Amino acid sequence: MKAALSPADVEYTVSFNVSPAERVRAFTSIGEMNVAELSRAPRAKDDASVGTVVERFMRRVEATPPGDCPLSTQLSLLQAGIAQTCGKCVPCRDGLPQLARLLESVLACEAEEGVLERMRQLAAMIQATSDCAIGYEAANAFLDGMDAFAAEYESHVHEGRCQAGVGQTLPCETLCPAHVNVPAYIALVAEGRCADAVNMVRKDNPFPTACAFVCEHPCEERCRRILIDAPVNIRGIKKYAVDHAPADHIPSLPRSVDTARTVAVVGGGPSGLTCAYFLARMGHRVTVFEAREQLGGMMRYGIPAYRFPRERLDQDIRGLLEAGTITVRCGEEIDAARMRDIAGFYHAVYVAIGAQGGKTLRMEGADAKGVMSAVEMLGRIGDGDYPDFTGKRVVVVGGGNVAMDCARTSVRAGAAEVTVVYRRRKEDMTALPTEVEAAIAEGVEMTVLMAPDSIEVDEEGNCTALVVQPQMIGPVKRGRPAPVAARKPKERIKADVVLIAVGQDVLSAPFEAFGMQTTWGCFNADEMLRAEGMEGVFVGGDCQTGPSTVINAIAAGKVAARNIDEYLGYHHTLDCDIDIPVPVANDRTPTGRVEVEERPARERKLDYRAVEGGMSKEEMLQECRRCLRCDHFGCGVLDEGRVQHD
Amino acid sequence: MIRLTVDGRTVEVPAGSTILDAVNAAGAHVPTLCHLKGNSPVASCRVCVVEVEGEPYPVPSCSTPARANMAVTTDSPQLLAWRRTALDLIIADHGLNSTNYCFSCEKNGACELQDVCRELGVESPSFPAREGKEPVLDSNPFLSYNPNLCIRCQRCVGACNEAACNHTLRASKHGLRTSIEAPFGEGWRQTDCESCGNCAQACPTGALVVKRREAYRSWETERVRTTCPHCGVGCQLDLVVRDGKIVDAEGAPGPSNRSLLCVKGRSGSFDFVSSEDRLTTPLVKNRETGEFEPATWDEALDLVARRFGELKGQYGGESLAAFACSRSTNEDVYLFQKMAHVALETNNIDSCARV
Repeated sequence: MKAALSPADVEYTVSFNVSPAERVRAFTSIGEMNVAELSRAPRAKDDASVGTVVERFMRRVEATPPGDCPLSTQLSLLQAGIAQTCGKCVPCRDGLPQLARLLESVLACEAEEGVLERMRQLAAMIQATSDCAIGYEAANAFLDGMDAFAAEYESHVHEGRCQAGVGQTLPCETLCPAHVNVPAYIALVAEGRCADAVNMVRKDNPFPTACAFVCEHPCEERCRRILIDAPVNIRGIKKYAVDHAPADHIPSLPRSVDTARTVAVVGGGPSGLTCAYFLARMGHRVTVFEAREQLGGMMRYGIPAYRFPRERLDQDIRGLLEAGTITVRCGEEIDAARMRDIAGFYHAVYVAIGAQGGKTLRMEGADAKGVMSAVEMLGRIGDGDYPDFTGKRVVVVGGGNVAMDCARTSVRAGAAEVTVVYRRRKEDMTALPTEVEAAIAEGVEMTVLMAPDSIEVDEEGNCTALVVQPQMIGPVKRGRPAPVAARKPKERIKADVVLIAVGQDVLSAPFEAFGMQTTWGCFNADEMLRAEGMEGVFVGGDCQTGPSTVINAIAAGKVAARNIDEYLGYHHTLDCDIDIPVPVANDRTPTGRVEVEERPARERKLDYRAVEGGMSKEEMLQECRRCLRCDHFGCGVLDEGRVQHD
Repeated sequence: MIRLTVDGRTVEVPAGSTILDAVNAAGAHVPTLCHLKGNSPVASCRVCVVEVEGEPYPVPSCSTPARANMAVTTDSPQLLAWRRTALDLIIADHGLNSTNYCFSCEKNGACELQDVCRELGVESPSFPAREGKEPVLDSNPFLSYNPNLCIRCQRCVGACNEAACNHTLRASKHGLRTSIEAPFGEGWRQTDCESCGNCAQACPTGALVVKRREAYRSWETERVRTTCPHCGVGCQLDLVVRDGKIVDAEGAPGPSNRSLLCVKGRSGSFDFVSSEDRLTTPLVKNRETGEFEPATWDEALDLVARRFGELKGQYGGESLAAFACSRSTNEDVYLFQKMAHVALETNNIDSCARV
């Protein structure tokens, strides 16, 4: 206790006695401010500038490297929850840190037996008794993670280490399903060695041009450059390479000596041709059976030319057919008997028939004239049979990329108006947001939250309108908000043409008759793509996974080729013999991402020519400089830091 | 009235009641810790959670409004598990080492946290316990705050701000940790704290205590309900008595004070009782020896009346002043000033009650 009053005491005593206003101030002040006065500044003064940290935090999360132990990601998420507690309630304030302590012990492989059950009980308590979402959602996420990563948790507790395969790897190369050496080809493009760059892609993927135009670029998803600004425009750089070194104008990569082994590939799409390409380079003799008149699969009979010009597709195909001994037999549809013959004659078979059947909607009037599936229309276009929708009202049903392809094709076919009808919201569409935007820019109307009910038909059997039931968005089911019927009257959307783009089926019947097994319409295979119960038959691509992307089909073809090679008793390696430029120090200056320019909507919608242009040289150079060369810096130099197939 | 069931029993409670009110009305029992009746509920401890039919997760009974047709369950193995885990987490953060695991805590035996833990069978934390190493704030002559023991229930914040309306004590952030900014440290004189101690009475643990507790253990005492001898508000208080000696005072739920006390009622209303300096009989100074000598009330009052009369006659009433004791009721002080005005004929009147 102090012996005497300090000057501050005296002042306080005086102000206390003299001024009631002062007294109020002394009782209610927050910092220097009297709460009776208002301020434009946030109460916590750094609130105004913390947004930049939040944005950086989001980028840090987005750039989570592939291969890391999932428990470390779980811990980061949990710690973010801990950091957000307001400090009020026990479950969140005290429970989350205790949970983190337990998780830390598991993560460090130092946990005792019984820790998993203990964590589960504590998390359940936090989930059940937290006051607000900061607490209970942290526990929800933790409990979901315990289920999703159960094997990893068990491995930590009982084996004292991560599961096999856990370990950080190069983001772009790992997430590319074909594991293309991305940093290498970016460095080659930057040096002006576009031909080498294209061949660096072809080392793992014989469709550099297709992927330059239409790949959904999973390689960019966790690009480490996100930590600094935004992912490198990898696809744009690849496009620069193929624009400057067309795939059919550059030397093929070396091939191995002839093995005199024969392999049949059923289906001449991206998966079948990729398989054929790698098998041919290994020295095997490949025969590709294609039911349609030309090779390319959905790249020709699904993707419209304005997204991927046919002459550019032909460059890839010409390039890959030069890889070795590949015999192409187009126009040969394979039935069960023929399949039996093929399986008997060839040393191995790869079935990659894709998903060629357009799904239909079972509704009244679905067989009216003017109603057709997306697959049917886009398929005809592949062989040059373009529709003429001049003056017609076109309605497209669906919200995926195929629906956008149909809608944008209809615009180019002269339709008076084009409407996409989708039963969820625009943001729920499975089409790439850029595709949706492009369609809107070209004049397509997005009529969302409308479920098709029936098709109105006139006396001659022509469709006149699509009748729709309005929807409202409801609870999330299987990860997506699901629509439910709204209490609103049905509506009528006038339509001369209705295009159904609600998914594709695998036309599997002949192959099932041959003996292949299916689940939900897709062929059964193990992760090596060996067809279930078959000897020497491999299956992959859309027909095994259901409709997916070009790069996933390519990856399946590559895996099948490698495993067929092993099945035939070989163990080929495929060298590419391209020296990779020495990396220079990272350019750490935050720099905007260069996007590939597009032709103006009002021009491009009048023809079927390519919508996209390309980067200029200076844009390409700047974009290449943004690559952080993770193949050299960070985990990339480690023995286990790469996902590569020689 | 709202009709609902608690453990199958139907009760009716007035609109605006909480589930806890309904539980009490039904004669059932739910343990509580952070709840302080009359304060706005923060529902931070989650010890009072109950199950409500149709709700996927339990709700805190102290802060959840009772609704018609609710079916409340106050006891189940799952509820017991949630409550025990909550207490487990609380005592893991309670700085138990700073009081030798309750032994040296002044609230030992009078601690609500200890009581609830005992009730629910939580004897020690199963989680790693926090080491309490923060300094105790005890410069204030009446009150002290040991942040190590604080369970951050914020009952003291409610007591200071909502009940006593003093607004001197608040929760503050030390990064992730919420702590109580109790004005009992070295700068206590510069604060607006009146040392009323309502925060200490609200504290369920030994974190925020009246310093007098050092002098006794709870189980050695008995309580005597009385009225505060200070001003005329008539606050009810319980005198805490040990071995026939008053050692403390606690606010009791009287109609005018609702368990609150001011600094005088809590800390200045009873020490005189057993003071050695206390006068037990009137004293009159012997002019010859200069010493005070015991006298009767009549002798003393006669002397005062005679001398005051003489002074007033000789010098006028303005020569006299009346100074009342603060330990007088308002009624006594009123009569005293009346006497000064009428009998002594002076306006020189004051009381130490205003300081």
